[in-house]
Amino acid sequence: MSDEFSVIGKPLPKVDGMGKCTGQTKFADDLNLPRMLHGRLLRSVHAHARIRHINTSRAERLPGVHAVLTGKDLPVKFGILPVSQDEETLAVDKVRFVGDPVAAVAAIDEETAERALEHIDVDYEPLPAIMSIKEALAREDVRIHDYGDGPNIHKMVSLEFGDVAEGFAEAAHVREDVFFFEGSNHLPMEQHSAVASYEHDGKLTVWSSTQTPHYVHRALEKVLGHPASQIRVIATPVGGGFGGKSDPFSHEIAAARLSMITGRPVKITCTREEVFYIHRGRHPVLMWVKTGLARDGRITAMHFKTFLDGGAYGSYGVASTYYTGALQTTTYKIPRYKFEGLRVFTNKPPCGPKRGHGTPQPRYALECHLDKIAADLGIDPVELRRRNMVEPFSTTVNYLRITSCGLLECVDKVVEASGFQERRGRLPRGRGLGFAVSAYLCGAGLPIYWNDMPQSEVQIKVDRGGGVTVYSMAIDIGQGSDSVLVFTVAEVLGIAPADIKLVTADTDLTPIDLGSYSSRVTFMAGNAAVEAATKIRDMVFQAAAEKLNVPAARLVARGRRVYDREDVARGLTWVDAIRAAEARVGTLAATGSYKAPKLSGPYKGSGVGPSPAYSYSASVVEVSCDPETGAVVVEKVWIAHDVGRAINPLLVEGQVEGSVYMALGEVLMEEQTFRRGVHKFPSMLEYKSPTTLETPEMHTFIVESVDPEGPFGAKEAGQGPLLPVIPAVANAVADALGVRIDEIPITPEKVLAALADRRKGGSGRVGPRDVPTIQFKDPIRVAPPPGWERVPVP
Amino acid sequence: MPKTLVTLRVNGELHEVAVPVHKTLLEVLREELNLTGTKHGCELGECGTCTVLVDGEPWLSCLALPVEVEGREITTVEGMADGGRPHPLQTAFTALGAAQCGYCTPGILLTAMALLDEQPAPTRDQIAQALAGNLCRCTGYVKIFEAVELAARRMQNGQAASGGRTAAGGEGR
Repeated sequence: MSDEFSVIGKPLPKVDGMGKCTGQTKFADDLNLPRMLHGRLLRSVHAHARIRHINTSRAERLPGVHAVLTGKDLPVKFGILPVSQDEETLAVDKVRFVGDPVAAVAAIDEETAERALEHIDVDYEPLPAIMSIKEALAREDVRIHDYGDGPNIHKMVSLEFGDVAEGFAEAAHVREDVFFFEGSNHLPMEQHSAVASYEHDGKLTVWSSTQTPHYVHRALEKVLGHPASQIRVIATPVGGGFGGKSDPFSHEIAAARLSMITGRPVKITCTREEVFYIHRGRHPVLMWVKTGLARDGRITAMHFKTFLDGGAYGSYGVASTYYTGALQTTTYKIPRYKFEGLRVFTNKPPCGPKRGHGTPQPRYALECHLDKIAADLGIDPVELRRRNMVEPFSTTVNYLRITSCGLLECVDKVVEASGFQERRGRLPRGRGLGFAVSAYLCGAGLPIYWNDMPQSEVQIKVDRGGGVTVYSMAIDIGQGSDSVLVFTVAEVLGIAPADIKLVTADTDLTPIDLGSYSSRVTFMAGNAAVEAATKIRDMVFQAAAEKLNVPAARLVARGRRVYDREDVARGLTWVDAIRAAEARVGTLAATGSYKAPKLSGPYKGSGVGPSPAYSYSASVVEVSCDPETGAVVVEKVWIAHDVGRAINPLLVEGQVEGSVYMALGEVLMEEQTFRRGVHKFPSMLEYKSPTTLETPEMHTFIVESVDPEGPFGAKEAGQGPLLPVIPAVANAVADALGVRIDEIPITPEKVLAALADRRKGGSGRVGPRDVPTIQFKDPIRVAPPPGWERVPVP
Repeated sequence: MPKTLVTLRVNGELHEVAVPVHKTLLEVLREELNLTGTKHGCELGECGTCTVLVDGEPWLSCLALPVEVEGREITTVEGMADGGRPHPLQTAFTALGAAQCGYCTPGILLTAMALLDEQPAPTRDQIAQALAGNLCRCTGYVKIFEAVELAARRMQNGQAASGGRTAAGGEGR
């Protein structure tokens, strides 16, 4: 690392690390307020039922019970997206999944609250339950919601960029494949928790383990009918998010209302079982993909269909649906592209965003599909990707603006380090190598509800002692947003991270940050922080320039000094410099803000997919498979990630390794599946996730493409590196055993079934055979952007 | 509800608490003694998050009853530091970014502390075996392995925290 910077690029410890290693960090459930009551939610035991009647009188009479709420007490609907306001805090007429909240209780302790739930009598009229994509589309007689794009169809999307028929006509080779990706839970170590405290002056404070304090603030205002100006939401440090704490939730709203009724603080902490039912995790997605290629392996057209099992409510589902079709074009030049997607409602816990939001499923399908095409054409799989690779500073056929792109370098790094091309296909039977690439957003280009205000703002205040306080609504969910704020400000001001204090994630005290989702915080809050710090530095430089009689343009801030770059000895200490500035301008404070440039394309639906930058990843995975047991062991992972610039390489590595880990859990073992509406294994013992013993050797390479718009050139690291690992494992299993598992997770049972199929003369494939033959609506036809007028013909 | 008077020795201090006999050690530590550094991930003994040391050995506090551990030395994450000086494991975990969200960290630190007490220079495999019952969803475990190794080296070299101070609970073994 060059000495261009003093903080950026250095492997400094996370600023919140010591608090977390000493037990001092206060998570939501660690808060205990005087007179605090404890709340619990009664949840539905039926997957789909009408509520005939609820009788809470027995519960209300129980000693120690202070309040009981049912649906009629909080009838206003809410939801994270303005277009899907379909959730009730407590079900009013109908429950739509096992676990749907029905009543809430506040009592002197958790045990009393729990006992009170047993004293609530709910009279249900069970309704037929829909448990799969196929059933949702076939059972028009059963309706989970009364809105959407069709019976039990929440959202249907159909987009065509250029004429795909023209593209397929130019193809020398066309291939179709079908894949299925099972859903999975985020499994954060911390269970969701919220504490609400209402004071008699009308002020309500809610502390919650949430990734999106701003959106919780809005939902509380809407449902409680209480002015936002009198509601304060504080996001406590999140003990694992991964997307699972990005929606406003019933327990948050119920805790708030219970506190308003009782005049006492109320805490609701969910159990592990409840976390599985709250869910909002990975959508199960059934996929069909057809690609045409010229003789030389260049793609001429692609048609992608996705069917998402959304569960019982909207959540982020409209965005999730678009995401299953949006980013295919960010890694490969696809001159003609058609995407059809639909999300159905089922009587299961609602799905939502999980690390990679809607893109790991199609990425898995696409990268396995391309490997099969490479085999068809007799082209090396890496070479096939190289021939189609997207170029930096280009526009995709669906109008996504690509800026910096280190994909080629990522590919080179992992291919070379793993010896992929020399070793693939030549390892002993049972051992195999797989390869895949991917891209991901650095922040959704648009906010969740339409507005033209900044997406991130930062305020900085300087104390006369030289200390600097940074105010930002960004919430650290473990990804390191606190550290990014501190490191960027420290770099600009030339001071040490230890000189900086943070006030974060508090709607009363901090300016907006929309939340820790879509990998947006480093890029957006980072840019806002740099802007605010630069304004402070400018004020300090003006004052120092006068004191030192040096032009401000010649000044440097570094090492807690402000000095003349041409005469380093001539300078002021940081403290003297800021005092001079305060004497000159008064309060030393400044703000910075970030709003993404207008990036959406000229068509409806173009709001999902655009991002101010994309990160890129490539991975090679080595597996060993036991043909006797079907067990797949991941031995080694090579992963390269284009992060733009590593603000802190240690933290980037941590995000990359964590992404690899989470991908390995999804590809080999994690499943959120149900039997008659009940989760098959809502416990950490039976819902299998990788332990230390399943940890492979990991080789991480950081690629720095230095993005022109990122803070110091930085992009994202928290989600993107998950994406290539899942298909790389599937491709490695194919190399090891010659079988194709076109269904995630790749369990031993499926491997054995594929081997048995091959022994019987079959193709050795396990996976879905087809997709529903539903007629999608006529596509929105979009003329390709300049440069894509013609399908390239070799 | 009938309560039992229990005397617990936690981080070297005696605490007399009156608790219903079925309350778990986890609940008593967090709710009666306000030692919220000990976290919970499942309260069913599945995830390792609530690990504390009892006489230097890792125990799942969500499955332990206070009456079982009366008179024994209980160590929580709050008791790892030597006064104002963090334990070498805490320093190493911080230095290497082995705590991301930090929620599983206290349980992992205490399990690692017991390991280093028994095996001052563990192999990567021994570390993985010792921590196999502690789930972490953030790190992919790599930085955790590296941090335990770094702490072990520092403790052996006597560089950090005045050298070979081991588990606070180790004294009672």
